[in-house]
Amino acid sequence: MSAEAHAHGHADGHGHHGHGHHDEGFIKKYLWSTDHKMIGFQYMFTGMAMALLGGFTVYAFRMQLAFPGISVPGYGRVTATDYNALVTTHGSVMIFWVAMPVLIAALGNYLIPLMIGCDDMVFPRLNRLSYQIFLISAIVLIASFYVDGGAFGGAWTSYPPLSAKAEFSLTPKGSTLWLLAVALEFVAFLLGGINFVTTVMNSRAPGMKMFDVPIVVWMIIIASILFMASVGPLVAGAVMLLFDQQLGTGFFDPAKGGDPVLWQHLFWFFGHPEVYVVLLPAMGIVAEIITVFSRKKLFAYKTVLYTAIGTGVLSFFVWAHHQFIAGIDPRMANIFSVTTLLISIPVAEMCFVYIATLYGGSIRLTTPMLWALAFIGEFLLGGVTGIFLGASGADIYFHDTYFVIAHFHYTFFPIAFIAVFAAVTYWFPKMFGKHMNDTLGKMHFWGTIISFNFIFIPLFVLGARGDHRRIYDYRHFPDLMKPGMQDLRILATVALLVLLAFQVVFLANFIYSLFKGRKAEANPWNANTLEWHAPSPPPHGNFPEGLPTVHRGPYEYSHPDRQDDFWPQHLAGDARSAQS
Amino acid sequence: MIRPIATTREATGMPTGRLAVWWVIASEIVIFGGVLGSYIMHRLGHPEWANQSVHTNTWAGAFNTFVLLTSSLCAVLAHQAAEAKDGKKAAKFLMFTVLGGLVFLIVKSFEWSHEIHAGYTLTSNTFWSFYYTAAGLHGLHVIAGMIIMLFVAADARHNRELQRVENIGIYWHFVDVVWIFLFPLLYIAK
Amino acid sequence: MSDTAHAPATADHGAGHGAGHGGGGHAHTNYVKIWGILLALLVVSVLGPMLEIRVVTLITAFGIAVVKAYIVVKYFMHIGIEKKYVGYLLATMIALMVLMVGGISPDVLKHDGARWENVAAKKVVTEGQAKGADHGDAHGKTPEAAPAAH
Repeated sequence: MSAEAHAHGHADGHGHHGHGHHDEGFIKKYLWSTDHKMIGFQYMFTGMAMALLGGFTVYAFRMQLAFPGISVPGYGRVTATDYNALVTTHGSVMIFWVAMPVLIAALGNYLIPLMIGCDDMVFPRLNRLSYQIFLISAIVLIASFYVDGGAFGGAWTSYPPLSAKAEFSLTPKGSTLWLLAVALEFVAFLLGGINFVTTVMNSRAPGMKMFDVPIVVWMIIIASILFMASVGPLVAGAVMLLFDQQLGTGFFDPAKGGDPVLWQHLFWFFGHPEVYVVLLPAMGIVAEIITVFSRKKLFAYKTVLYTAIGTGVLSFFVWAHHQFIAGIDPRMANIFSVTTLLISIPVAEMCFVYIATLYGGSIRLTTPMLWALAFIGEFLLGGVTGIFLGASGADIYFHDTYFVIAHFHYTFFPIAFIAVFAAVTYWFPKMFGKHMNDTLGKMHFWGTIISFNFIFIPLFVLGARGDHRRIYDYRHFPDLMKPGMQDLRILATVALLVLLAFQVVFLANFIYSLFKGRKAEANPWNANTLEWHAPSPPPHGNFPEGLPTVHRGPYEYSHPDRQDDFWPQHLAGDARSAQS
Repeated sequence: MIRPIATTREATGMPTGRLAVWWVIASEIVIFGGVLGSYIMHRLGHPEWANQSVHTNTWAGAFNTFVLLTSSLCAVLAHQAAEAKDGKKAAKFLMFTVLGGLVFLIVKSFEWSHEIHAGYTLTSNTFWSFYYTAAGLHGLHVIAGMIIMLFVAADARHNRELQRVENIGIYWHFVDVVWIFLFPLLYIAK
Repeated sequence: MSDTAHAPATADHGAGHGAGHGGGGHAHTNYVKIWGILLALLVVSVLGPMLEIRVVTLITAFGIAVVKAYIVVKYFMHIGIEKKYVGYLLATMIALMVLMVGGISPDVLKHDGARWENVAAKKVVTEGQAKGADHGDAHGKTPEAAPAAH
């Protein structure tokens, strides 16, 4: 179909889409597709596979911490070098190869064109390229396990000189491959981000105004822009670090006129906005789900939107709170403490808006809704404990303890897993045309949430008692082996095993429902947004009846003038004439 | 590949291709900003680098600035020709732009080999590390721009995809602007 | 932003920025003249620093670089007749870089503070200046990298 043949409005899409079903080869359909839904699935399944790797590494090193020196079933004895590599891989994989691809790339690719009512991304081939680069980056990372010296063990923050000099990190090739993998991954997401932003700016359905865009799409866009604006200096830093590693320059070596603190700044100038890059899409997912399952309009759409933008802006002013004890100027530390405490305001505001949305709604505790509610609760705990770390005075005590680890995981686990489970269970009927099993889903939910808290509450306690992170064997540190401390470590590890075991329930449910699940209709949740107007699963081109036109905002639930308690965006007319 | 309807929509009133180029430039600003910001901070903290930077060749840098400015002129003239639907002329000017990029790279390679022979290598001092890294990163952008421009010119010659002439031109001007700042930072500040 | 009704214009984007802006406004811009101005500025920015007066160097080298960049962005990239948000976007990115440098420079640019001193960096500075005083010897601290001049 040529661009010229097309005119907007009602003609839009008619007659162009019916023929999406001719036989394509397996490779063309699943591996070389330019269809945004297929690319979304590619990202999602790659992300899930990488999550298994991330889960396996945490299993191995937590076993070592709880039962030092044992031969871990399925891994063997964890040596000190292994331990470093496992910790580093766990961190990098879970952030860069699980949270980012699943939350932004997979859901963004899948949802954006469907939710804004068009047939694909604006640059489909760029989209495919972005996934391919991402896949290569994952392969490079995994390859780093098999080179001389093994995988990089200098933590996911990769501070020089540990990361810059092989005589310190002992991984002459692993550290370079790690850096290369991360850089490739950034390229992939830069391409993807540009695609997302231009798609939403230019290709919205006719009639869809700025404030008719679903919150989750807004959030993914804000996140993409944050990523684009913050990652540049780190890309530059990665080139410099690469030269330090392989060519012997001294960008981060004070003896040659460089400065290692520069890397920390460049890293966290990206690293802190990155937290919001993944948080905002998660917040968006929750907004979609709680409105649908409380059958109520989102409380203060514009407030959420402006708050998210404000969070994004503020997130550029807080980065140095990661470096309070790195020797940064104390006066700067004061400033960064204040901004860090400030940023809790907009995030808390979003949580309040969601709670206000629940108030007076007719709440349905489906599996996705449980996940969404759990997200708000658990993330709140993560945010509140962040206050201690954001204040430079308290941080000097808490820095590099398990308190930081527990805080971090109380924010990232809700983001990368709870919100993703919410999204997968919510959109599964749309993605695959089948319902997930609700009993298994609830079992998975409770098993995960309860065991999650049993992992990290002990770590808060341990951290407050001074338990230092990145220690391979606590038996060498009598101060950290006081009565009860090892018991808490064992408790956390056992809870982790339970949590991992419950993920089997999810995988089983996923695979079972994929093949044997109850068939899903187009709009099983009675939701308003455009993706539910498309068939389940949507064919190539998304809307076989022609691309929709938008007549109202995305959250018109329980409108008083309407018999139905939902009012899809694409239906024309006012409340009385459009009853279905 | 069938072009999706999404590609043809323009809710912002700006063609998607040009919109994307602006976003590319936005993300490039922060990449170059990271290198140049790091360089400026180090430079101000290391007055002794003045002893190194005297060995850069101001005339080569100035000549390259001239070359890039001229190639930018050709790029904008190509855009003008594309607006007038004169694909052949646009392609011709794009080829001049590519030629400018080529001259730029040749001058740069002579300059670099001279400096490397004189002992000023990537590792001899952090000033030189920044010098080669920043200019090298910029050079990669020049090369990328030239390659894309060849493709665009091949299409433009047959009056196809003429809007791309403007898009690649905007990118090329951006590369030029980066050099406009690199030139005083690396060559003039002695 | 919501208006999609005029989309049939897709076919002739090559003709520039649509009827909304431009519309010949820049079609008559004399690009060669602007190029001439840029070259004149280039000459000034090369000659100015030769006076070796610090203020003049700063103004001619960096002030003129900003002017040149402005001219290129305005007349060659047509930012003046582009949608407003493009300018804001680019300005935001530059502002972020200023923010970054501002946040980092207290630690990286300076070599001492209230209760700290970057001994290594100070040593490099002193050594470098002592060496530079000889004969502009460029070979820093890594002798193996300086085979040619000895």
